[in-house]
Amino acid sequence: MDFNLTSEQEALADSVARFTARDYTFEARSKLIETGTGLNPAHWQTFAELGWLGAGLAEEAGGYGGGPVENMIILEGFGRGLVLEPFLPVALIAAQTLAALPLSILRARLIAEIVAGEAVTVVAHGELAARGAPEHVETLFQNGRITGAKSMVIGGHAANRLIVTARGPGGIGLYLVDPSATGISARRYRLLDNQHAVDLVFDGAPVLETLALPGEGEAAIAAGLAHGLTGVCAEAVGAMDAAIRMTRDYITTRRQFGTTLSTFQALQHRMADMLVELELSRSILYQGIAALDRPGANRTRALAAMKAIVSSAAMFVGRHAVQLHGGIGMTEEYTIGHYYRRLFVIAGQFGGESLHLKTMAGLPRSFWTEAPAAA
Amino acid sequence: MNFDIAPEDQAFRAEVRAFITAHLPPDIARRGQHDYHSARDDVRRWMRILNAKGWSAPHWPARFGGTDWSPLRKYIFQDELRRARAPVLDRCALDLLGPVLCTFGSPAQQARFLPPILNGDEWWNQGFSEPGSGSDLASLRTRADLEGDHYIVNGQKIWTSEAHYGDWIFALVRTDQTVKPQAGISFLLIDMKSPGIVRRPIWSIDEGLSLNEIFFDNVRVPAENLVGEPGMGWSYAKFLLTHERTTSAVVSHTKRDVDQVRHLAANARTASGTLLDDPAFSAKLARLEAEVIALEWSVMRVLHAAENDAAGNAVASLLKLRGSELSERAALLAAEALGDHGLAVMPDPEGQHILHHDGLSPGLTDDEAIGVTAKAMFRRATTIYGGASEIQRTIIAKSILGL
Repeated sequence: MDFNLTSEQEALADSVARFTARDYTFEARSKLIETGTGLNPAHWQTFAELGWLGAGLAEEAGGYGGGPVENMIILEGFGRGLVLEPFLPVALIAAQTLAALPLSILRARLIAEIVAGEAVTVVAHGELAARGAPEHVETLFQNGRITGAKSMVIGGHAANRLIVTARGPGGIGLYLVDPSATGISARRYRLLDNQHAVDLVFDGAPVLETLALPGEGEAAIAAGLAHGLTGVCAEAVGAMDAAIRMTRDYITTRRQFGTTLSTFQALQHRMADMLVELELSRSILYQGIAALDRPGANRTRALAAMKAIVSSAAMFVGRHAVQLHGGIGMTEEYTIGHYYRRLFVIAGQFGGESLHLKTMAGLPRSFWTEAPAAA
Repeated sequence: MNFDIAPEDQAFRAEVRAFITAHLPPDIARRGQHDYHSARDDVRRWMRILNAKGWSAPHWPARFGGTDWSPLRKYIFQDELRRARAPVLDRCALDLLGPVLCTFGSPAQQARFLPPILNGDEWWNQGFSEPGSGSDLASLRTRADLEGDHYIVNGQKIWTSEAHYGDWIFALVRTDQTVKPQAGISFLLIDMKSPGIVRRPIWSIDEGLSLNEIFFDNVRVPAENLVGEPGMGWSYAKFLLTHERTTSAVVSHTKRDVDQVRHLAANARTASGTLLDDPAFSAKLARLEAEVIALEWSVMRVLHAAENDAAGNAVASLLKLRGSELSERAALLAAEALGDHGLAVMPDPEGQHILHHDGLSPGLTDDEAIGVTAKAMFRRATTIYGGASEIQRTIIAKSILGL
């Protein structure tokens, strides 16, 4: 084991930090929120030029040869900077779903478009009744057309390609769909963290290409979602880290009762608990990343444990960061509330603590599976 | 001991419920389900209906327009209002200022200010917190200097709820700079139309508007608007904050929220049924309910305790602490019940206070669901305002445990 970043990875982290310091000041971010797009094309271009959109993809898949650690580095920085662009839905979920399909010219073209920043491709998979459970798909594929409803497709408002999961005889298939096709209606809304999402209704919408036949799409979407889960937990780690630093700075300057708030032991202990939540989250994130290429139930269990811990940590840190700020923490014009809003969304995204504990509870579990068998 | 509620009190609850059912306008009741901050007009209309019945301030002494109901009946009345999703009234006027004026106000002040409160005609704000004086309220710096028959007020107040509706503000101001901090504070009634007052709205993380900042620049206030004695403002404020010992538990609000969570869960379809059948979710809901029951019985104990009863005081001190926590948790659970949509911004479809006019919303049609995330976000403040949880714990440790 080695928990240190390589020099290339450190350079990547620095590069992300420079981007957020320059382009994601509070004022710049507020302006981006007001434009109502949730996606600045210049930022997207930067992601492409700096190689971030392909940083976590193997070379044989059309990326730059990195892996989930590169994505973790980028998303931790994005969490710290409260970045709004749908990087995770595109560069992790869509790209990794495609990368898990058998090699084909179509696959190569779709990934190349993502990596070059030419296409905003998102996966329309989650459904309201699924509540984050990845296997629940009611949307149907019949006679070349899709019928059903998908919920909270983040970045879907800006997408020019959709990968839709739908059920046919034999199981879940993956279908490439033009979001502007007839038979698709979208309702767009803002999430509490100011990302944009759409609910999509498909009423016999035409399919451009079949990416995976019914039954052959399950492993690919599971892979894409697994990368998405680790990515969102990395964002949580970045956002928690930033929220804790900001809160620490605040209580060391804010004065009440003739002294700084940081001298009150009750508040010191709270901050200590917040740090504990952060570091345990980081640890279990590493564990989740380590499990990404493990088979079936092993990976599912590892990721469920990760998301359960990170969801509750995100809420604890987010809530108490606002608490220690007092009234100012409740305001739209102060940054800490935006960290809470981001952490609140992350806690519920891809299913909250309850769902993932339930997933764990339903799987065989042992701490001792890796011990060598006795001779 | 007798743990039963008397039949006459049960009958009283039925009488209140029947009145509300007959008189709460349906459009107001529907908006009440959304749980945004109540609109000024809805409050005014409902206050007039209540006032016609003599019920707009039942906890005031009868001679000022209140009632002679027992503490339990006053509680039952508030409980039924919440059950019916009636508008949240002007609590600053009714719960805070009213009792102070009834007890310490001059006859002229009582005659001038109490009737318009009862009829919903004048809206009051509370001017306590300042940017540098939150938990440490006694350090407040807004000053009022007597010049002839007027006080000249200069300073700044913050976190003033609903100041955009405010006609008047009762403020803690420093009238004596020479004595120890608590002794220099007075309680002053200020007309919000006075020249020199500027209000600035503060948008909160629910993307709603209820908080404000108020600036006072050489505002002239007639000296007769000082309540009671100069320098006694701190003790009036303490009186006001402890007078109604049980409302800060917001137990009736949370009971209503539990109903809401159950409704939303029953209507949330899952892969195998509804969310209410989901063991993990229903266990969380049951846990919340159990804690609300414990809280309500704690309220019952305080309602039946004398003001100077030690056991009663011990229980009263935990009501705000635990009540505020449950209040936030209930709203978070309601958001969780909505699944994906519980992560969405929900602007008030009938409101005037919308931060971003982008027209985006998840378009929910269930009145119980429409305002859930705005409520969940705003409830983050419950453990901050009205004495933060950290302050409450210190009070319990010091005054109850003697630590």
